[in-house]
Amino acid sequence: MEKTLKMIQSVSSSCTKIDAADVMVSVDKKDLHKVCEALYKDGWDYLINLTAVDNVENIEIVYHISKSSDMEKFMVLKTNTTDVENPIIETVSDIWKSANLYEREAYDFFGVRFLNHPDMRRLFLRPDWVGYPLRKNYDNTPNEGIPSKVHDMDACEDVPSITLDRHGEIVENHTKLFGRNEYVVNFGPQHPSTHGVLHLRVSLEGETIKKIDPNFGYIHRGIEKMMESMTYPQMLFLTERLDYLCGSMNRHALCMCVEKAMGLEIPKRAEYIRTIFDELNRIASHLIGWACMCNDMGSITAFIYGMRDREKIMDIFQETAGGRLMTNYYVIGGVAQDIHPNFVNRVKEFIPYLRKMIKEYHTLFTGNPIARGRMINCGLLKKEDAIALGMSGPNGRASGWHCDVRKIAPYAAYSEVDFKEILHDGGDTIDRYMIRLEEIEESLKIIEQLIDKIPEGDFRAKVPAIVKVPAGEYYQRVENARGDFGVYLKSTGDKSPYRIKFRSPSMVAVSGLDPICRDTKIADLIMIGGSLDYVIPCIDR
Amino acid sequence: MLEVGGILSWIHEALSSSCPEWLTLLIEYVLIGVGFLALYALIALILILLERKVCAYYQCRLGPMRAGFWGLLQPFADMIKILMKEIIPLLKNDKFLFFTALFLVIIGSLCTFGALQFSKDLVGIDFNVGVFYVLAISSLGVLGILLAGWSSNNKYTMIGAMRAGAQLVSYELSSGLSLLTIVILGGTMQLSGLIEAQSETWFLFQTPFTWIAMVIYLIAGHAETNRGPFDLPEAESELTAGYHIEYSGITFGLFYVGEYVNMFTIAGIGTMVFLGGWQPFHINAEWAAGFNGVMDMIPTWLWFFAKAFGLVMLSLWVRWSFPRLRIDQLLHLEWKILMPISLLNMLLMALWVTVLVPLFA
Amino acid sequence: MEVKDIKIKSMKTEDFRDNESLQKYIDELEKGGFGIKVAPLDKVINWGRSYSVWPLTFATSCCGIEFMCVAAARHDFARFGFEVTRNSPRQADVIFVSGTITKKMAPVLRRLYDEMSEPKYVIAVGGCAVSGGPFKSSYHVVDGVDKIIPVDVYVPGCPPRPEAMLYAMMQLQRKIRVESIFKMPKNPENGSVILSKYNSDGTLVTPASETKQIEEGGAE
Ligand code: SF4
Repeated sequence: MEKTLKMIQSVSSSCTKIDAADVMVSVDKKDLHKVCEALYKDGWDYLINLTAVDNVENIEIVYHISKSSDMEKFMVLKTNTTDVENPIIETVSDIWKSANLYEREAYDFFGVRFLNHPDMRRLFLRPDWVGYPLRKNYDNTPNEGIPSKVHDMDACEDVPSITLDRHGEIVENHTKLFGRNEYVVNFGPQHPSTHGVLHLRVSLEGETIKKIDPNFGYIHRGIEKMMESMTYPQMLFLTERLDYLCGSMNRHALCMCVEKAMGLEIPKRAEYIRTIFDELNRIASHLIGWACMCNDMGSITAFIYGMRDREKIMDIFQETAGGRLMTNYYVIGGVAQDIHPNFVNRVKEFIPYLRKMIKEYHTLFTGNPIARGRMINCGLLKKEDAIALGMSGPNGRASGWHCDVRKIAPYAAYSEVDFKEILHDGGDTIDRYMIRLEEIEESLKIIEQLIDKIPEGDFRAKVPAIVKVPAGEYYQRVENARGDFGVYLKSTGDKSPYRIKFRSPSMVAVSGLDPICRDTKIADLIMIGGSLDYVIPCIDR
Repeated sequence: MLEVGGILSWIHEALSSSCPEWLTLLIEYVLIGVGFLALYALIALILILLERKVCAYYQCRLGPMRAGFWGLLQPFADMIKILMKEIIPLLKNDKFLFFTALFLVIIGSLCTFGALQFSKDLVGIDFNVGVFYVLAISSLGVLGILLAGWSSNNKYTMIGAMRAGAQLVSYELSSGLSLLTIVILGGTMQLSGLIEAQSETWFLFQTPFTWIAMVIYLIAGHAETNRGPFDLPEAESELTAGYHIEYSGITFGLFYVGEYVNMFTIAGIGTMVFLGGWQPFHINAEWAAGFNGVMDMIPTWLWFFAKAFGLVMLSLWVRWSFPRLRIDQLLHLEWKILMPISLLNMLLMALWVTVLVPLFA
Repeated sequence: MEVKDIKIKSMKTEDFRDNESLQKYIDELEKGGFGIKVAPLDKVINWGRSYSVWPLTFATSCCGIEFMCVAAARHDFARFGFEVTRNSPRQADVIFVSGTITKKMAPVLRRLYDEMSEPKYVIAVGGCAVSGGPFKSSYHVVDGVDKIIPVDVYVPGCPPRPEAMLYAMMQLQRKIRVESIFKMPKNPENGSVILSKYNSDGTLVTPASETKQIEEGGAE
């Protein structure tokens, strides 16, 4: 780490180290691009997250970076601008492709414009929205007005961007998203196969796709802003609504983040239960992912089969936690109640049942010549692209990128179990498809190892009645069913956070649609979308 | 006894004894027309129920249960509902073509349906160029679908229509070629003649090439009815509803019905051409005379419907267990695989008929 | 399975068991001489319509997953004849608004509703659709879809259990069965039947004047 620091300092004199434990470095905004370039050359090629924070006197941009070759390395880079009225910061989207959407998000929420960024449109809110909602001075009382006109879905949308001209003056440029003669089709917001309300504008030539422009925000619920005025136990409730298919895992991330910040020791029993729940949830999520992908390819029977087996997991959840889809089970310090006496037996019955069913899935769908013909060699994603886009999780692993947070930074009981990180190296659709079914089997293995060993003891640690997180910044990652899910938490020591941001693995998956799908057919777009398995509310937050 | 022919001739005699000839004919024509329409609707309703029940069982569900006993009245409920729905007039589309398309589809499907021979004496149209007629009239549907997609003024319907055009036109070749293969074997284009020729053994068991022809015919026929894995023109998960997105109420209902009846028509033609139509199953041997006698006891219309519904079940099975093809794979399958095979098959059949059979005979 | 007493502040347990109040209400009115007689022909038609309510595939978020569960093997809404989910609003009869409706989505939902052909129904599934639910205090969430489109049945819950949705469907069927299709007000513009529906503030909903502009656009 020292070496990296020296390297940064040699590039930029303005660089200061803030935190001793984590490597947290602050650079002046003038040197940002240079430093990032140097870091990238040094192998820091995975931009995990980019967060903007409004500190009232300045606006801060926080970069979480890691190395794809050595994923345990982790550093935080910060820069800020004191010009709150008209904040401008240089873009890093030419270095890390994944920064593209993050920077647009920062513009949408904070009004920070990025110099040389090719596309400074709003990401979530309507183009005619006034104000930047995550600013501290934004009035977020729900206003009455509901827009009555569908906003302009015109194909030739105006794309603004800012660059410096020869004299160092800032100039605004405008380009058009699509040409006048392009045949642009709107997929969504209401479309059966966009997995929620994603809006894709697809430029077609016959059936061949030329360009895709994703449009988010149809389910932007303002969760991050709402959380800024909520207490921590209240916030937990909303984390499950982010990515509802892996609700428990998201909740786990926030619980762990708060627990670590507070220095809480979690009882072993709770950790085991959480791990089992996480894995069950992962199986449920992958089953839906599989089912929906089959449905997207036109095989409705497979869809119903997946949903049928998922019900078994829902039964287990329901008995112990009370909820089906939203378990509402984890709390800060452990879990809400002890497990149901039937829990262990039910899980033990479920494991062999699902193994049998997975065989059936393979005969029904995987072995089907039509399915194979469509999936093999279609929708290629190379490993470098996956890293550049930050596409972690099963999608990244299908391209051969070792990126499982459960292995990189084991949490809960993952360090005590023996499981394989499934890696494929083709990166095509069938790899992404297979990896999900194989991960289900791995998850079953994990559960099998833990289910008999749940230790006796408390299921919940003693937690103060009012949860207050000591001042500071925290970042916690978990591996949810879609990849690297992260929580960035900035606290001022209050009972609600100052700024909270979730890193959504689905967002990077959607940003990969355009490069993957170019020159494929419409049917492939739908199938690839299914294989990337994104959940829209997690993107929109 | 169980044959309908008796009833028909009774009606004819009763009419001609009391009316002049022209009136008899007129009444008979009207009766036949009404009868066919009723049968058409009835078969559509049965198929709708069948599909929903069968697909439910494939998917470990129950399917309709509440409308009538065991859900038996479900299609009637659907029919009533669809009749009551509003037909939405669109503003910026070609209204004339929009509705013409619908009628083309329905007329195409009805006319092909009319060529079916349901039993020994329940025959609607029996031209001497029956096979040719069937091939010609069934392609009217393509035109309808193309027009429907184009006149709706919607990008999805447009893509759906283009897909339909490419798909139906190409698959018609294979199905046509495999029917011609049988024409070579049977030596006639008249459908009743073809059925007659199968009174001893069905064509299916006469030559090995018939098997190939039948498999190709079933695949192509399946594709012509736009059903999965060939349901690209309406690919639910891609084009939302394909070429008929903009149709509502009964206009959509007619597409819906037409599709189901087409499925039956294809199965029916397959039955007539490969499985002997209404001919009972016979074993062509001395010892099996008793067996053949028993088979003859079963009314011929029952034979026909049993075989046709058997093929329909096959089609349902495929429909509910296969994922959808992509457009280029679909065309690849037709032009590079099915077409050459059926051409070759036709050639071999011709050789069989002209060279081999005389040689052994 | 015996249903236990349900403890909710605003609703008594008996109300949950009460399934016939709509029918009773109609009977009462008829006895009192109000002419809302459901004619025999209406009965047949309503029977048919109530067993063939095709939903539009529409889901925005979490509740949508529970909607998928209702469609799947265990809960299987096909038993009521609901399983033909149509993707084109023109052919659908009911829209299950399952999930949060945001300000960006609201006009789209309205447009979808306008594209549906009469008679059409709306079921608001989940807290979000009923009132904004957990996101009521958000700046970008519509607090209740009844602000945009008239709702027939509300299903509370976050998310509602599939059984609750089945119950909502059965309630909708009951509602359909007491309608009279021949006495409906007519749309002055094109003469189509409008089912009388009321906004939350009591005003009669007419198909919005935006319909025109919407039809120009065609389906989504
Ligand atoms: S009601 Fe609850 S479960 Fe349903 S969409 Fe809203 S937050 Fe999600």
